[in-house]
Amino acid sequence: MGRTIAEKIFEAHRVDTPAQGVVVIRLDAVFCHEITTLLAINDLVNRGKDRVFDPDKIKVVIDHVSPAKDSKTAMQGKILREWARRNHISDFFDIGKNGICHVLFPEKGFVRPGYTVIMADSHTCTHGAFGAFAAGVGTTDLEVGILKGVCAFRYPSTIKINVTGSLPEGVYAKDVILSIIGRIGVNGATNKVLEFTGPVVDAMSMESRMTLSNMAVEAGGTSGICWPDMTTVEYLWEFIKNEFTDKQDALKNYRRFCSDSDAQYEQVIEHDVSNLEPLVTFGYKPDQVMPVREMKSIKVDQVYLGSCTNGRIEDLRVAARVLEGKKISDSVRGIVSPATPKIFRQALAEGLLNTFLDAGFCVTNPTCGACLGMSNGVLAEGEVCASTTNRNFNGRMGKGGMVHLVSPATAAATAIKGYIANSELYKG
Amino acid sequence: MMRNFNGNVLFLDRSDINTDEIIPAKYLAEISKQALKPHLLEDLKLPGFDPQHAVDGKNIIITRANFGCGSSREHAPWALEVNGFHLVIAENFARIFRQNMFNCGMMAVELPAQTIDRIFKEFDGKETHLETDFEKNVFILTAEGHQAKIPFFISDFDRDLVKVGGWVEYADARY
Repeated sequence: MGRTIAEKIFEAHRVDTPAQGVVVIRLDAVFCHEITTLLAINDLVNRGKDRVFDPDKIKVVIDHVSPAKDSKTAMQGKILREWARRNHISDFFDIGKNGICHVLFPEKGFVRPGYTVIMADSHTCTHGAFGAFAAGVGTTDLEVGILKGVCAFRYPSTIKINVTGSLPEGVYAKDVILSIIGRIGVNGATNKVLEFTGPVVDAMSMESRMTLSNMAVEAGGTSGICWPDMTTVEYLWEFIKNEFTDKQDALKNYRRFCSDSDAQYEQVIEHDVSNLEPLVTFGYKPDQVMPVREMKSIKVDQVYLGSCTNGRIEDLRVAARVLEGKKISDSVRGIVSPATPKIFRQALAEGLLNTFLDAGFCVTNPTCGACLGMSNGVLAEGEVCASTTNRNFNGRMGKGGMVHLVSPATAAATAIKGYIANSELYKG
Repeated sequence: MMRNFNGNVLFLDRSDINTDEIIPAKYLAEISKQALKPHLLEDLKLPGFDPQHAVDGKNIIITRANFGCGSSREHAPWALEVNGFHLVIAENFARIFRQNMFNCGMMAVELPAQTIDRIFKEFDGKETHLETDFEKNVFILTAEGHQAKIPFFISDFDRDLVKVGGWVEYADARY
């Protein structure tokens, strides 16, 4: 019987089967940030087990609040920094080199097709874009991952989303994933792996695939996996060129992970995006989506461009195209946060940062910041933000604040108009 | 060391209660579990629900579907733990939240939707006490002289985690 990509990866990494339907897998990478790693570190210290299974497989970044905003967040950074140092973790990204984990780590080539990856962060599903099994876990799972290099999961059952048709101009991966979440609901993929396939995904850049996979968890998905192809190989080539004779060789090696044609799925959903419009969320759940066209009267106080969903160079380029030669509304605070130093530098070199500054945006350093209401753009009670992030939970960006999730194009157009609006890139 | 799974029930009659409602992100800068204690369910909006007093004297939650969706933050189970909540019963849970509960030696038990419905109909709004018979896999709910015995199922793996106190203890002995 054929197997899905997740099943193939699980079987290649199986260490133990502690009960029927539960598999303990070996980990290729364990990612850590300052918010969820600290209690794992403290617990390991208290247990007299302050060590790591393999310092080269552990990657660490300070990203959620950076630079530190107060004594507490400064202490979080200090504990993480000292732990990484004494455990000889060389891939530690501190201020100046740091960026949002789910953008930075792929950019460094730390994720490969067929890998198993955990992090105590729900958006770890992002890395599935590379054909890896990557899942968010809690601090205790992370702690065991750090110490033993293993993690327990239910044996994966998969929902395949076959994205078909052709994406209209001005409609983006963010709109695609919002439409999928709107269709299956926030509980639609709980305990399931989402597999994104089809011509629309095949045509997507790695950046767009990461946007897609990033929000798998908003439908409850364990991981959001795309099949590795030449786009994956091209993205990773600078990191893998010594492992393979040429790109075709790498592709052949990676394609073995792709699901078999007779693989068994929990469900297969045909998702035609030919008539998809730019979407926006309207409630406190990411499955509450509607076309931007139907929502024009919503005034916003802030527009936020960034995060592990849409803080990549491709996103900044689209937003800058919309903003080129324009000013944002006087009633809007615009914030753009390039997700990594590399993206920041690229945006600078391409003149995008000038476009943002000329339009009236504030450009911040790379950080998770406002997305979860910790720093750099927290909302006041009663304020509204159009945001390229991934969660619109009540209070997420600040107590009493309202978040509308949108694509970078919609965010930029909204900043200009002052209310939620379609960009001119969308011709529909 | 097994935890206590008996106590008074807090009913939360809504699906998709997320981690940010259980414990808002602004408290993630805390580096002790105890510091989370006053903020449990602080941002939860439910008719008649007052987060200041609702949790007093309660230590078991019964709720609807997809409890704990959203963030991976184990601060959510920890905020429950430091307030004496070691058991949550729901139609289903977000994967990470459910695993976090068992990883801490606590329980997140799933019951069929119609059973949850029945419990809400018979007990919501009443002072309800719940006893867990861990050996026989039965919850015994009592309120105003009315009693219901509700059988439950947890996997052998989850049961082992509860018995040894969590995943660190389990994994340390085994891997």
